[in-house]
Amino acid sequence: MIQFIVHDENDSVGVVTVEGLKTNDTLTGWIMDQDKLIDIKINQDIPIGHKVAIRELKKDSTVIKYGTDIGRAISDISAGDHLHVHNVKTKRW
Amino acid sequence: MKLDQKIYGFRRDNNRVGIRNYVVILPVDDISNAACEAVANNIKGTIALPHPYGRLQFGEDLDLHFRTMIGAGANPNVAAVVVIGIEPGWTQKIVDGIAVTGKPVKGFSIEKKGDIQTIADASKAAYDMVHYASGLQREPCDISELWVSTKCGESDTTSGFGSNPAVGNAFDKLYEINSTLLFGETSEITGGEHLVEARCANKAVAEQFMFMFNRYQDMIERFKTDDLSESQPTKGNIEGGLTTIEEKALGNIQKIGKKCQVDGVLDKAEMPTGKGLWFMDSSSAAAEMVTLCAASGYVAHFFPTGQGNIIGNPILPVIKICANPRTVRTMSEHVDVDVTGLLNRDINLDQAGDKLLENLICTANGRMTAAEILGHQEFVLTRLYESA
Repeated sequence: MIQFIVHDENDSVGVVTVEGLKTNDTLTGWIMDQDKLIDIKINQDIPIGHKVAIRELKKDSTVIKYGTDIGRAISDISAGDHLHVHNVKTKRW
Repeated sequence: MKLDQKIYGFRRDNNRVGIRNYVVILPVDDISNAACEAVANNIKGTIALPHPYGRLQFGEDLDLHFRTMIGAGANPNVAAVVVIGIEPGWTQKIVDGIAVTGKPVKGFSIEKKGDIQTIADASKAAYDMVHYASGLQREPCDISELWVSTKCGESDTTSGFGSNPAVGNAFDKLYEINSTLLFGETSEITGGEHLVEARCANKAVAEQFMFMFNRYQDMIERFKTDDLSESQPTKGNIEGGLTTIEEKALGNIQKIGKKCQVDGVLDKAEMPTGKGLWFMDSSSAAAEMVTLCAASGYVAHFFPTGQGNIIGNPILPVIKICANPRTVRTMSEHVDVDVTGLLNRDINLDQAGDKLLENLICTANGRMTAAEILGHQEFVLTRLYESA
């Protein structure tokens, strides 16, 4: 069963598509554009619709989703971390 | 999916096709709302469109007010219109604008008569219009004659890979049969503007698009007090997992599919002059944007949502599409098309697009949308600046 979706294999993040995922759960994800599967262990509880980092991101590095820049990391982020407004900011406005 | 079947719509005198048949009681200004609502209460089969503006506006803001009022009355989902204003000048201007379509329209002004006499006179006109409208018959029309707009709301990450690409798939198919389509939400393209620019049919359209995009960015830069976090994305978007405006924008533009070109650019509430996909400069606030779509002459609206925006419009049927299983479970009465199957690969995008088109055909033939049944009639005018 798919528990998260990644748009493109070069993206930094996937999106959780099921409810109730807990710290240390290992999830199976579907990479849409390349039609591949990947596994990742999550480091925090992640709600449905929220993002999981699928690779390590250093502070100030660019976060990629849809193969495109969606903002910058404001702290170091590990693979498996919940990625959201607490560790990523817009580059606009 | 075969799109050569007929839908049953109302063909108006100007050859446009409507899918609803309203008799509208339209106030020119805020202080005429009471008379309009009284007429709508007297005469069954009419609807009033109350709103809070129309006095002491000037310049471009006033032009937009007239375009919105005239556009709403001229919309093919409207069979006939009674216009009521405080004074005869602006009332007549709106009557004349709507009359170009050939539909019955009559104006009434309140000064020198008062509400009670105006309500009596306008009610008599509305009575005749309901007899006229209710005698009209639906007739076979082509699907490509439906003008279809889109705007998403309370988006979340499921919008970006579920409901928005499903709209995009349906738009690609409607574009192929030469339909008239529309998208907008200027600020919600921030981060993906280069992708929309690249989809423009030619250099002139691309330049017009970037002009509108930059004009909106300048407005935000002028008035912002922070990075707009909690406004764009909204609190609901953030709750749904969207982190930045860029992420939201990249999900948003999935609605224009993979094949459609952007054929033209419109200012707010302007009417397209040809077929194809149009970009309209507009707010991303749901009720404002959908009202502008109605004023531009669109007769059906695709509204993808993630967290569950409940918006409707009094004259433009809003079809809700959702891919978030929690929203479909907890707010099912607001969802017309369930595409949650996209998330667990039970259905593909082609099938999701077809589900949406099947719903469009039913809605065009007269089936009511969730928002219509629940009485959502948000008629919200866009303002550019203060009144004089």
